[in-house]
Amino acid sequence: MEFYNLTALELAAALKKGEVSVAQAVQAARARMEARREDNAFLTPLSPAPESIDLDASPLAGVPMAYKDNICTRGVPTTCASRMLEGFVPPYDAAAAEHLTAAGAVCMGKLNMDEFAMGSTSETSCRGPVRNPWDPQRSAGGSSGGAAAAVAGGQVWYAIGSDTGGSIRQPAAHCGVTGMKPTYGAVSRYGLVAYASSLDQIGPIARSAADCAAVLDILRGRDRRDSTSVELPGGPLLDALTGRVKGLSIALPEQYLEDGLEGGVAAAVREAADTFRALGARVETVSLPALDWAVSAYYILACAQASSNLARFDGVTCGRRAPEGRDLAQLCAASRTQGFGREVKRRLLLGTFVLSHGYYDAYYKKALQAAALIKDGLNRTLEEYDLILSPVAPTAAPRLGESLSSPLEMYLSDLYTVPANLAGLPAVSFPCGLDGEGMPVGVQLMGRALEDAAVLNAAHAFQLATPWHKMHPEGGKRP
Amino acid sequence: MRMSEEMADYVAGLAMLELDGEERREMAGELEKILDYMAALDSLDTAHAPPPGPVLPLKNVLRPDEPAPSLPREELLACASARDGEYFLTPRAVE
Repeated sequence: MEFYNLTALELAAALKKGEVSVAQAVQAARARMEARREDNAFLTPLSPAPESIDLDASPLAGVPMAYKDNICTRGVPTTCASRMLEGFVPPYDAAAAEHLTAAGAVCMGKLNMDEFAMGSTSETSCRGPVRNPWDPQRSAGGSSGGAAAAVAGGQVWYAIGSDTGGSIRQPAAHCGVTGMKPTYGAVSRYGLVAYASSLDQIGPIARSAADCAAVLDILRGRDRRDSTSVELPGGPLLDALTGRVKGLSIALPEQYLEDGLEGGVAAAVREAADTFRALGARVETVSLPALDWAVSAYYILACAQASSNLARFDGVTCGRRAPEGRDLAQLCAASRTQGFGREVKRRLLLGTFVLSHGYYDAYYKKALQAAALIKDGLNRTLEEYDLILSPVAPTAAPRLGESLSSPLEMYLSDLYTVPANLAGLPAVSFPCGLDGEGMPVGVQLMGRALEDAAVLNAAHAFQLATPWHKMHPEGGKRP
Repeated sequence: MRMSEEMADYVAGLAMLELDGEERREMAGELEKILDYMAALDSLDTAHAPPPGPVLPLKNVLRPDEPAPSLPREELLACASARDGEYFLTPRAVE
C-alpha cells in the first residue's frame, strides 16, 4: 500500500510501531510533491531532517505536514503569495508553528494561497493558481487552496490553513478533504499575517475529522500574545469522538437549498441530511432570514479590517520596496502599488471607502449591526438545535479563470461559509459525494461556540458510515 | 452608489495606492457594482439589532507586566530592504 493512502493518525501509528521510519515518510512526501508538482500547491518546498523527531511528543509526531504561507515560520520565507512580501523571512514562529514543532510535526514547506488570503479560488496568488488534483483545469478553491490540494494529492498528511470567510472549508470541499474552522479564539493568531482580525482563525485541513481533531488538539490553547484566544473546555477532542449522533437535532436552513445551488451539490447535501437521519439524528428545516445579508456584511467588515491591517506594509520595515521614492509617502505608495495584486487593491479600496467620512454609518456601522443580527439568529437556532447543516459552496470547484472575471460573483459564492466567521462559531467541511462530473462535493456542520468537539464528532460519525472521505483523485477508494 | 473616477482616486490616496488611467476606470466600475449589491443592507431593519460585540464575553484581558527580551535588533533589521547601521532607512519624511 502507498503511504499516501493512510490518514495522518494511521501513519503516526505505523511510525510509533516502527513499521515506517520518519525518513521513509518524508521520502514518500517528497516523491508525491514531485509527482504532483503541476498542482502548484507549494511555494517553498523544504527537505526536513527527520532525525531529531521525538515520536512520543504527540499522537501525530513524525507525520509530514505543511503550512499555508501566511503563517510565520522562523527562517523560512513567508510571502502570503504576494510580491509585497517577496524576500520576507520571519525572525519568529507563529504560535501554531511553535505548538506543532514541539509536537514533532515534520514541515515539508509553505503552501500556495490567494494573495493575503483574499480570494476564493487561489488564483490571486502572485505565483500562479493552484490546480485541483481532481481536475487540473479547475481551481482548488481558496484561499487555502494549496493546503487542500496538497492534502488531497497525498503530498502531506495534513496542512494548516486559515479561515476568514471560508478559506479552510471551501477549498477542503472542492478538493474532497476535511477542513475545520475552530471557534474564534480556540487557536492563537500570533504570527498569522492578519487579514480581518475579528474573523481570522487558524485550523487544520486533513483526510478525516479524526485527523482534524488530532491536529486541533495540538494547535488549541490560550496564548497571552493573542488577547482573543481562549481555552476550549474539556479534554482532548480526539477522545470526544464517540461516532454517535443518535438523538442529536440538526437544523437545515431552508433558503440554503433553494435558488443558486447547483443540482449535484443540492442532491449530495440532501443525501447527507438523510445519512444523519439514518444514524438517528433529527434533521429539520428552519428559516434563518438574516443569513441573506451575510455576504454584504462580511465583505464590508473584512475589507475594512484589511484596509487597516495591511497599512503596515509600507516598503520600509519588511518586504518589497519600490526603487524610486522622493519622500516617505511616495515610497510607501509606490511600494504598495507595485507590491499588491489587483484583488488586494480592490479590497483595500473597498475597505478604505466604507470607513471614510460620510460613508461609515451607511456601510460599516450597518454591517456591524447586520453581523450582530446574524450571530443572534444563529445562536437562537443553536439553542433549539445541536448543529446546523448546510452546503459549503453553491457549486463544485469552478474552472480556472471563471471567477476572476466577476469579483462580485466570486464574493457571492461565499454565502454558506461567512456566517460561521461573523458569529465566531466552529464549523467543519467534509466530503459528502461527487457531482455529475465526478468532482467532490462538501457539506458543512456548524455548532455552538466552544463546542468544537460536537462538530467534529458529528463529522466523524458521518465518516464512519460513508466512503466519501476515502476517495482519492487518482482513482478509486482508499482501502 | 455612483463611484466616479475622481472618488476612486481619492480613496486610493487614502489607502496609499496609486491607480493609473485604465485601472482607475475599471476599479471605479467594479467598486460601484459591489457597493450596489451591498446597498441591499439598507432593507434590513437593524433598529433592534443587539449591540455588536466579541464572540465570547471576554472582558479586561490582561497579562502580567513582566519584562522579557525583545527580538534581536539584528534579526529584525535583516527584514528591511534598506538600513543604516541600527536604523531602518527611509527617504526624508520631514522637510
